[in-house]
Amino acid sequence: MNILYDERVDGILPDVDLALLLHTLQARLPGLEVLHQREELKPYECDGLSAYRTTPLLVVLPRHLDEVQGVLQICHELRVPVVPRGAGTGLSGGALPLEKGVLLVMARFNNILHIDAAARTARVQPGVRNLAISQAAAPFGLYYAPDPSSQIACSIGGNVAENAGGVHCLKYGLTVHNLLKVEVLTVEGEHLTLGSDALDSPGFDLLALFTGSEGMLGVITEVTVKLLPKPQTAKVLLAAFDCVEKAGRAVGDIIAAGIIPGGLEMMDNLAIRAAEDFIHAGYPVDAEAILLCELDGVEADVHDDCNRVRQVLEQAGATEVRQAKDEAERVRFWAGRKNAFPAVGRLSPDYYCMDGTIPRRELPGVLQAIAALSAEYNLRVANVFHAGDGNMHPLILFDANQPGELDRAEALGGKILELCVKVGGSITGEHGVGREKINQMCAQFNSDELTLFHAVKAAFDPGGLLNPGKNIPTLHRCAEFGAMHVHMGRLPFPELERF
Amino acid sequence: MHKESDLDDSDRLLEQVRQALQYATPLRIQGANSKMFLGRPVAGEVLDTRSHRGIVSYDPTELVITARCGTPLSELAQALDQAQQMLPCEPPSFADATVGGMIASGLSGPRRPWSGSVRDYVLGTRVITGHGKHLRFGGEVMKNVAGYDLSRLMAGSYGVLGVVTEVSLKVLPKPRQCLSISLELDPERALLRLAEWGQQPLPISAACHDGQRLHIRLEGGDGSVAAAHERLGGELLDSSYWTDLNEHQLSFFDETQPLWRLSLPNNTPCLALPGTQLIDWGGAQRWLKSDADEAFIRNVMAEVGGHATCYRHGLVDSPFQPLPDVLMRYHRNLKQQLDPRGIFNPGRLYAEC
Repeated sequence: MNILYDERVDGILPDVDLALLLHTLQARLPGLEVLHQREELKPYECDGLSAYRTTPLLVVLPRHLDEVQGVLQICHELRVPVVPRGAGTGLSGGALPLEKGVLLVMARFNNILHIDAAARTARVQPGVRNLAISQAAAPFGLYYAPDPSSQIACSIGGNVAENAGGVHCLKYGLTVHNLLKVEVLTVEGEHLTLGSDALDSPGFDLLALFTGSEGMLGVITEVTVKLLPKPQTAKVLLAAFDCVEKAGRAVGDIIAAGIIPGGLEMMDNLAIRAAEDFIHAGYPVDAEAILLCELDGVEADVHDDCNRVRQVLEQAGATEVRQAKDEAERVRFWAGRKNAFPAVGRLSPDYYCMDGTIPRRELPGVLQAIAALSAEYNLRVANVFHAGDGNMHPLILFDANQPGELDRAEALGGKILELCVKVGGSITGEHGVGREKINQMCAQFNSDELTLFHAVKAAFDPGGLLNPGKNIPTLHRCAEFGAMHVHMGRLPFPELERF
Repeated sequence: MHKESDLDDSDRLLEQVRQALQYATPLRIQGANSKMFLGRPVAGEVLDTRSHRGIVSYDPTELVITARCGTPLSELAQALDQAQQMLPCEPPSFADATVGGMIASGLSGPRRPWSGSVRDYVLGTRVITGHGKHLRFGGEVMKNVAGYDLSRLMAGSYGVLGVVTEVSLKVLPKPRQCLSISLELDPERALLRLAEWGQQPLPISAACHDGQRLHIRLEGGDGSVAAAHERLGGELLDSSYWTDLNEHQLSFFDETQPLWRLSLPNNTPCLALPGTQLIDWGGAQRWLKSDADEAFIRNVMAEVGGHATCYRHGLVDSPFQPLPDVLMRYHRNLKQQLDPRGIFNPGRLYAEC
């Protein structure tokens, strides 16, 4: 079922008088940059999920907070939907525009406002890039821990909106664990401070609620993050295995030995060969799976843990265990993993990246099932996996120019996500729901749970004008989607009418 | 792991909530009632969660434990101990606290600035809602960004948004080495040193100044703990100090004057407030015993960007720091949406919700 906004199942959007909107914006916010010509709008028609595109009604590029507030107030008065956007690197279509909506681009708010070394915090504007925070903190020996693969380009406002992860989550947590405070503007343009410079704040934990809410509850205008002292040292071990199951078991063994690695990543043979071809990281191309295990901290502890992990890996049946001999080799080992997506991209004209999570013990069974689905749909699947925290990124290879292949890739992806839910996992670990996984939300949550999500939304945006259609599907969409997925003769949401 | 006392009593809890919904009867959600001194008094029928108890699942290699709300924290700690694991946020037990109360209050112990709070370890919850449904949010996986994060929202909400019946928590291996020391330092210099040490990769996992001495806990591998001990020096301290601090068993907490909890930016200098103070969380949490006026304390807190909670029951009308009007309006909206009949712990957090 198509994921582009469909008013029949996603809800009727108010009709917008474009001329009036444009006139009002220009009259009340004369300094505001507004794009409205067809060719100006083109670059904004998608985010990182580029298979889906919609031309926005207008793009606004504010430079001052009072302009953001003004845009929100005007859109609220005129009942115009607003889609917030950061750097546009999101992989789930969370910033996919609406034909009847304004795209609010926050990228120009790119100042680091204050680094407080003694308090170990950084106060930044939402358009600051993730990596830029660590770079600014580096002179103080500090850094910002969450490191999504897109960290060179993605902005912190988007990281908060998506609760972004990365390869170091098991030890250092997600975005939500590394925030102190965010400033937001509500749909009506009211200012709220969530969290504080202290470690907690009175009232409900709205900071946690807003983190990962995908721009549905408010627009983030400032972020205060926690900084950590840089680990003294980091070492990487690379272990090769002749079967995926053994590699999966080794992950559990490392944790059972009482060790929490800074990063613990797994790749299967197709991903290994693609990465090696592309980066020449020195990966063993005949291995069925490799594990990359990074241990970081104080020198003496890391040394001891490397020895422990080596022993665990050998006992788990690794055919080879190598420790990066110097910093250059450590960086090379990681480069292979961090470039796994573009590397796989070289094998195929297009690929579709999934983001399901599973309890780690389910890994062997899930990988077998993915292999079977891959054969059934006749599409290759490469697997890279944040093994430490159970977050899988199967990459489905396809060619969008071949009729039907995108549909098949999507159908296969949907099956993989439903499989994740079935074994007790989630349809998305870090990329978000956006529009991409809007249908699979119907598999993860029942109608009562979705209804409660809509109630949360109504507490902050009763008119449904902020990023409509993202994150939480309507019950009608689920009914429509369910009609195509009748489970064991039982139609989900039987009480709802079908379209 | 399963015990005779284990019981899935969620049907009874759900039934009592549905009854209460029908007649709009306010409910006072109660586990062991170990934190009755916190928050505003609630007039309502008691919803006793203690019968719904037991560890539902625990697989140490998955680093996840799932327990029912009535499970005593001591039982949770025992199961984790056996696998050499722990709940790093160190929720205080106050004698016999339950898992449900731990989530509702969100209180965390001395390790909090370095490890994160109770909410940081919440992965998923089951909740009885104000619509009379028993629903599941989040799950048992480390990473999960599907839908709004209602599980973490429940932590610290004092039961006013729903009844948490079950929770899945991330757990971690215990550190290999643990050593506590105490140093002769006045509070001003202690805060300066803590700010300096905080920027270095030292294995500090607790830091408290009792007015006389700075107490530090070091946790990590053998090498890092030994090196830090050598560098910082000081006298050895028994590790039971941290339990006594967490459980309010230190003599400081012997009640004479009203007790206030101050939460503030960690690098706030020593505060000139009447009464006596104890600095915890490396500076970010301070305990104040004082007869000072509520408004005075709150003003000082507002100036430094912190907030104050009154720990003496009934002393002030709003023990939690009052919220700005706009923020309070959204609190009311959320309460209204999630508990439209207003039956869950009405008024426990604020009179308005």
